[in-house]
Amino acid sequence: MLQFIGRRLGIMLLTALCLTFVVFFLTNLYPNLEKLAKTQGNFRMSEEQVDTWLANRGYKRNMFIKYGEWLGVVPGYVITGTDGETRARCARKGSAIEDASTYCGVLQGDWGYSTVSKEPVGDVLLGLSDNPETPRDDSRPGRLQLTGYLMMWAMIVTIPIALLVGIFAGMREGSKTDRTLSTFSIATSATPEYVSGVVLIAIFASSAVGLKWFKGSAAQAMTAPGLENFTLPVLTIALFNIGYIARMTRASMAEVMTAQYIRTARLKGVSFAGIVIKHALRNALIAPFTIIALQIPYLLTGVVITETLFNYKGIGWQLVQAAGNNDIEMLLGVSVVSVVIVLISQLISDIGYVFLNPRIRLS
Amino acid sequence: MDPLSWGEIIIRIFGQFTPVWIALVLTFVISIKFKHSLGLYGRLFDSMVGMVGFALVMFWAYTALFTGLFDWIATHDPLTQVSGMKNKVPGTAISNPAEGLYEYYLLGGDNLARDVFSRVVKGSVIVIAIAPFATLFAYMVGITLGLPAGYYGGKLDTFLSFAANLILAFPVILLFYLLVTPEIALVGIPAYMAAALFIFPLIFLAMLLNSKYETRPSVRTPVLMVVIGIGFLIYMSAISDTNRYTLVDFWPSFLDLYDVNPEILIVFVSVVFVNSPTIFRIVRGLTLDVKARDYVAAAQTRGESPWYIMLWEILPNVRGPLIVDFCLRIGYTTILLGTLGFFGLGLPPESPDWGTTINDGRRLLSVYLHPALVPAFSLLSLVLGLNLLADGLREESLKD
Repeated sequence: MLQFIGRRLGIMLLTALCLTFVVFFLTNLYPNLEKLAKTQGNFRMSEEQVDTWLANRGYKRNMFIKYGEWLGVVPGYVITGTDGETRARCARKGSAIEDASTYCGVLQGDWGYSTVSKEPVGDVLLGLSDNPETPRDDSRPGRLQLTGYLMMWAMIVTIPIALLVGIFAGMREGSKTDRTLSTFSIATSATPEYVSGVVLIAIFASSAVGLKWFKGSAAQAMTAPGLENFTLPVLTIALFNIGYIARMTRASMAEVMTAQYIRTARLKGVSFAGIVIKHALRNALIAPFTIIALQIPYLLTGVVITETLFNYKGIGWQLVQAAGNNDIEMLLGVSVVSVVIVLISQLISDIGYVFLNPRIRLS
Repeated sequence: MDPLSWGEIIIRIFGQFTPVWIALVLTFVISIKFKHSLGLYGRLFDSMVGMVGFALVMFWAYTALFTGLFDWIATHDPLTQVSGMKNKVPGTAISNPAEGLYEYYLLGGDNLARDVFSRVVKGSVIVIAIAPFATLFAYMVGITLGLPAGYYGGKLDTFLSFAANLILAFPVILLFYLLVTPEIALVGIPAYMAAALFIFPLIFLAMLLNSKYETRPSVRTPVLMVVIGIGFLIYMSAISDTNRYTLVDFWPSFLDLYDVNPEILIVFVSVVFVNSPTIFRIVRGLTLDVKARDYVAAAQTRGESPWYIMLWEILPNVRGPLIVDFCLRIGYTTILLGTLGFFGLGLPPESPDWGTTINDGRRLLSVYLHPALVPAFSLLSLVLGLNLLADGLREESLKD
């Protein structure tokens, strides 16, 4: 078991390195850097000016070295530029260049600065402050906390409904209940977030013809989440996932219900409810559990759409903003966070599967 | 003129779709009449769910076909703005219409005074043109790599599986934001990816024919030469472009049969790229499952080549789950295309595809519902149709 987890962790680490390098490579391509130079310097820079601007700031070096610096395993550059100014990657505003630390990368907790808002990326995303003298305002939680909160509520709504729908549909395959519930889950899994969100806003929030029960924007939910401003985003994410998880649960449940041991229990005279609760559920829920953990990457896409649609400033909203504004460090930060979330969820899914399934655990 | 009532709007829309209804009825009548000799497709008409799904899918397929080929159905040009029609409710009459212009905006106008109905109809062409083909290409990639990975196992499998898991660990939306930008297109990455991904259908076809006729060189050589020749011409025409974003600029222009719209190409390539790892995993899993069967052992004993076993023994025997997944995946691809449009990635902002239209409409959603709701329901009905179709196919294929 330990060996299994160790090997999984090794692969995870390798995957994380590969993925972050790909993101680093794609965000640091020359056209992106040129755009960065022009937005940071001035828009009328000539090509040579762009080149010197980039060279002075250490952008015109080998991609692997830059990646190592960003990661924090290669010492940060100290470059005396053609304009006579000495710049160091690890230098902080207000302190001398000589005082700068050798390494400053993601591993040291230094995520760089957003080129748009000039705030430290780590602070914005995680809501932490690496500088104890300027603690962050608690009323402005990090993007990750906001997204985590949204995902948590989406999961709290999704999982019980999806499992119940799946179990009730799968326990009597082909019955009227099954038909109705299956149609419901097919319909919801055919509704992407940008469709369900639009429809939900139209029904519940539109000022023209809607019921006006909820708000079409979740901007206030960041500081004061409540039923009025948080229901629609949570429902939007939940709906799409309910369908998928319910269908998986139904398939798994239907398969278990045809197994020999269920027939044996039936012939022994165990009541139907007893069979479902005592014998079928345990085995039927193994597959949905893995599915739920593996759903998290897809959930992330849903979160990006929902946060954009409802103007909720979490990780997804930040991703769209950073990509739109060519905010390289921020985009890298968001990628790290989402890649870590995906990999952890895969690990949980793997380990959980092994734990839940005695056939694998004992071999 | 007075605005139309809801009843009149429905009747008029119904009338606009007349060619589609005729085609649908014909398809159903012919299919049901000959359903006993049509295999799995014929048995689809035994299940209600499958028929409803098939009807929804074919409705949009015929709509796209007739709009794309003959310019029927749509009442207006999807880009023309008519003054005074901004955000007008469905059924509004155009004041002083020009000669020959349809007098009403059947489903209202959007925030740039364009006809919502025509945009949705025209948008279906983009969706129907890209989604099935992108899925097909992704299948070619997934099958060509998944079969050997599952059949041979070993280092090849380890490497390919790691690469597939790598792509799968990317949140799709992040990948899109990284790949589908004008800057990336300037570097030529989509062109390289197109060159790499589009070669797979060619490899697939060549392998398929080669393994079949290997023992008869007199048939194989001419067949392969013709197929590879034509395929290579199509392939080179697809990846070479006389204008921009080009990788292959040495290809002579008289052999360049057509140019692919670069924006569509980027969208197409990234959708194929995102879909292939999942298909790879499915094919690999199915191959692992099937390769221990007796008929595979029999073929091995006969001394058949590995590719013959993979393509002519294993692949036909796993077609059931693959066909079902193919339908589901077209739906998923449609959702992905919508996502790209929703974030304004790839396709031009005035494009009538459904994702872009939903994105346009959502800004004024709390006041004007129709510009966003109409494309939303269109997309929903198409994806729902594909899911129902897949469900019906699965049910019928399990009956054997």
